[in-house]
Amino acid sequence: MNKQKYKYENRRFVIGSAVIVLVILFIIRLFYLQVINNDYKLRADSNAFLKRTIYPSRGILYDRNDKLLVYNQPAYDIMLIMREIQPFDTLDFCNIVGITKEQFLKRMANIKDRRLNPGYSSYTPQVFMNQLSAQECGMLQEKLYKFPGFYVQNRTIREYLYPNAALLLGNVGEVNQKDIEKDSYYVAGDNAGRTGVESSYEKYLRGEKGVEVLLRDAHGRIKGRYEEGKLDVAPVSGKNLKLSIDIELQAYGEKLMQNKLGGIVMIEPESGEVLCMVSSPTYDPNLLVGRIRGKNYNKLQKDPLKPLFNRPLMAQYPPGSTFKPTQGLIFLQEGVITPETKFTCAHGYTFRGGKPACHGHPSPLPLVGALATSCNSFFPWGLHYMLDDRSRYPSVQQAFDVWKDYMVSMGYGYRLGIDLPGEKRGYIPNSKVYDKIYRGRWNSSTIISIAIGQGEILATPLQICNLAATIANRGYYITPHVVKEIQDTPLDTLYTQRRYTKADVKYYSYIAEGMRGAVIGTAYGATCRGANLPDIEVCGKTGTAENPHGKDHSIFMGFAPYDKPKVAIAVFVENAGFGATYAVPIGRLMIEKYLRGKILPESQAIEDYIVNAVILPNAL
Amino acid sequence: MPYSTKNSWKSIDWVTLVLYLLMITAGWLTICGASYEFDMAKLFDPSGRPVNQLIWMGISLVAACCILIIERDFYEVFAYLIYGGIILLLIATIFLAPDIKGSRSWLVLGPIRLQPAEFAKFATALAVARLIGTYGFVLTQFKNFMLVLGIIFLPMICILLQQETGSALVYLAFFLMLYREGMSGYFLLAGVCAVIFFVVGMKYAEVTMGATALGTFLVSVIVLIVTIVLVYVERKDKQTVRIFTCLSAGVLAISAIVSYFYPFDLNIVVLALLGAIIAYLIGLSIYHWVWHYVLIAFFAFASIGFLFSVNYVFNDILEPHQQVRIKVSLGLKDDPSGAGYNVNQSKIAIGSGGLTGKGFLNGTQTKLKYVPEQDTDFIFCTIGEEQGFLGSAAILILFGGFILRLIVLAERQDTTFARVYGYSVASIFFFHLAINVGMVLGLTPVIGIPLPFFSYGGSSLLGFTILLFIFLRLDASRKER
Repeated sequence: MNKQKYKYENRRFVIGSAVIVLVILFIIRLFYLQVINNDYKLRADSNAFLKRTIYPSRGILYDRNDKLLVYNQPAYDIMLIMREIQPFDTLDFCNIVGITKEQFLKRMANIKDRRLNPGYSSYTPQVFMNQLSAQECGMLQEKLYKFPGFYVQNRTIREYLYPNAALLLGNVGEVNQKDIEKDSYYVAGDNAGRTGVESSYEKYLRGEKGVEVLLRDAHGRIKGRYEEGKLDVAPVSGKNLKLSIDIELQAYGEKLMQNKLGGIVMIEPESGEVLCMVSSPTYDPNLLVGRIRGKNYNKLQKDPLKPLFNRPLMAQYPPGSTFKPTQGLIFLQEGVITPETKFTCAHGYTFRGGKPACHGHPSPLPLVGALATSCNSFFPWGLHYMLDDRSRYPSVQQAFDVWKDYMVSMGYGYRLGIDLPGEKRGYIPNSKVYDKIYRGRWNSSTIISIAIGQGEILATPLQICNLAATIANRGYYITPHVVKEIQDTPLDTLYTQRRYTKADVKYYSYIAEGMRGAVIGTAYGATCRGANLPDIEVCGKTGTAENPHGKDHSIFMGFAPYDKPKVAIAVFVENAGFGATYAVPIGRLMIEKYLRGKILPESQAIEDYIVNAVILPNAL
Repeated sequence: MPYSTKNSWKSIDWVTLVLYLLMITAGWLTICGASYEFDMAKLFDPSGRPVNQLIWMGISLVAACCILIIERDFYEVFAYLIYGGIILLLIATIFLAPDIKGSRSWLVLGPIRLQPAEFAKFATALAVARLIGTYGFVLTQFKNFMLVLGIIFLPMICILLQQETGSALVYLAFFLMLYREGMSGYFLLAGVCAVIFFVVGMKYAEVTMGATALGTFLVSVIVLIVTIVLVYVERKDKQTVRIFTCLSAGVLAISAIVSYFYPFDLNIVVLALLGAIIAYLIGLSIYHWVWHYVLIAFFAFASIGFLFSVNYVFNDILEPHQQVRIKVSLGLKDDPSGAGYNVNQSKIAIGSGGLTGKGFLNGTQTKLKYVPEQDTDFIFCTIGEEQGFLGSAAILILFGGFILRLIVLAERQDTTFARVYGYSVASIFFFHLAINVGMVLGLTPVIGIPLPFFSYGGSSLLGFTILLFIFLRLDASRKER
């Protein structure tokens, strides 16, 4: 019995060991959970901290005369917290916010559907309707007491003060998955500039988001700020932009271009600032704001007249006769001609049996006269001597690539680099292209139409306007841009540096002289008299772009005044025939409007004629 | 003067008392941490939990003093009476208690709510101690053992009827005490084996290895190993056992290799080996006429039977919510937002504490109510989050030291009554610690029992205080006789 008892007494060690083993086991487990494994700490943070974004206010846009163009307008989201909703008069609610009962039920179902709304919690605010205007929301706000669980949350949307410059200003829309992947700044539901200045200056306009670190409980309810906001980051407002455009001029241009297809670009030559950029047809930018955006966007996209197509940047036309000044410059620089060199013209380019054809004017004629009367023979002669003279270049290919380099230096064939999205590069072929087309057997005659801006050559209205600015500056240009100043930030040097072309500045005066002659007339004739103003020395060049699909496009390129030019312009009117018919008077009115600030009575008749003209494709 | 009015204060075990005071103070601070909601004033709100707990601490201390003043013999003499009274109260509770979250265990007396189950522990401990302490009582006699089991199971059944499974399971702690008092170690072994078989069997129930069901295979192999170890301990002819062990290992290895190329059910081999052992043991027991071999054979046989009935037990006896809890706890089911939520959030809260913790009142997970029951059953989370590894390890060591101290005290008793009571107290605290902290750390299934002295709740604090101080009173007067 005693032995037995002794044996049992030893069992205290078994029990004691069990206690010690248990405590050690627990401590090992604790060590693993708390010290070794880091997962749980991270999960605790994402559990408890809600990092709420505070959105900065988007930068505001002004025109060159400090007129307010685009600002932020309060908008309202109707939010609801499912948990707090009590029975209410659904019909009354639907009437107030202007939806049907079916829409109401569908929206409620969608909010609760976790597949569509992965972050759904019945404790947290959910968006019921978004971006309502003050008027739409006003009624609800008064009667909100009737609908417990519904709230109104303030947001901002863009408001455009003028119905103009829609494509240039651009619009703001919700980011898509691609944007989010490309830029970690965005999260789903954020807004970003989609087109125009809103898009290209997005990084300045959007500012920097702030963050508020909040504590969130297990039900997703906010329990206050973490450490009295010590870790919060205040948002930084977006930078305001001063655009180079003159909104009055822009509006006037849009008025002139109504019921026509085409565009106007005006540039201040010495700064490269774009004064206006009209694309017609256009639309009211306020159509693409808030709740109506999606519906209107679809409508605009389906419009056969393509109002969303920013013609000054995206349309690529053969530049026609506006191309001739570049040819004159190349021939002068290459020594193919001197300012005194005269070529013959017999109603056409005699070297190829009168093609391309020309109109009647005195012959032979020098460069200035050829520009003034837009001779179709002078420039083919020049191209012939440049490309086919083997004493100059050993092969036509080498000669042509030199020619091409001149064109590129003048801003053709590549994007100019304007600060707007969607710019097209136009088209200047190189020798390989022709080698391919003509299997290596070609000369100036084969491609002679490029000398007068036809054939393979394509240019955007912006490139043509840039040429006008280059000539106005007598030999250099500054990359066109639409933003004049960014708040507290210098402009990209791209938009402040002079870019000289491969043609020497001394040759530009002959071109300017020729373009002045085209307006006021020379011994050899003039094609641009319609642009003549009594007190402003306008220089111009007409163009007619052949259009295989219909009537020719009417083009005008010019600058004014002759000395110390203040403005360069390019006007395009699609399917309007000769340049002189529509493009020239529009150019004249625009120049007058900009330089004088008003239209003189004697120009009034022209304005009426232009405004009332309707030039739309016959099919419509 | 052995029977003088010697003050029990002087002979009380100060170590235990200090540990007790340390724990209830730490417990109260932890409740403050768990109740704190970024508002200091709320801590002192008279209807708030910290203040409530403070009141209950006062009541408990008063009760402790009373217990120490009362004559030592009172507890032994009135043990059955107290037990009987509590059993009546438990039965009454089943019918009188309102339904609170599916449990009928709370008696509501005006503003106070009491859980009689918390007081049944000390009453049962007293009754069991009184019975075993009876002169000439031998636990290993079948009739006596059944009587003891009756005393233990009666309150357990009452509490089960109150839908308080967790509190009822606590009564299994008495088996640790019974082991000390001479109950065969095989009972504990069988219990531990049953749990292991169940867990392993369930965990790998759906996994197969070739043509072999892994769960069955693992359990069979464990049964085989345990059986061989048992035979090795009992059998004097060690050589035969060694040969058999090597032989079985060889057969198993060869079968495993064969089954790798020609899949067949390995369980057949294991079961055949077990069958061979059982046959050998029965032969031995008949030859030597020794009872032990039959017991071992029975163990092997019963284990296999148990294994094959696990699925039946699991699917047909356990309630669905218990099934889910067990599955989640075994990692069979990953359900962080459903049943696994508590355990998952509990691990997150503890894990986020790191080495040194976030500091008193600075925990985010517990404060923001991510952990349900954070001031009652899951109170250890708050310690883990706010005090970190160092703090929570210190609390565990404190608790372990407390239990070890109780074992030391129990061993130094000069009466069986006091010793049995002491072991009962130590076993109950041990069980609570193992299950509660195990649950919070994600090691054991979620069984809702409090962590003594830490979890919020007046009944449990008072119940544990009475349980402990009766023992301290008995210990204080051990030299009076």
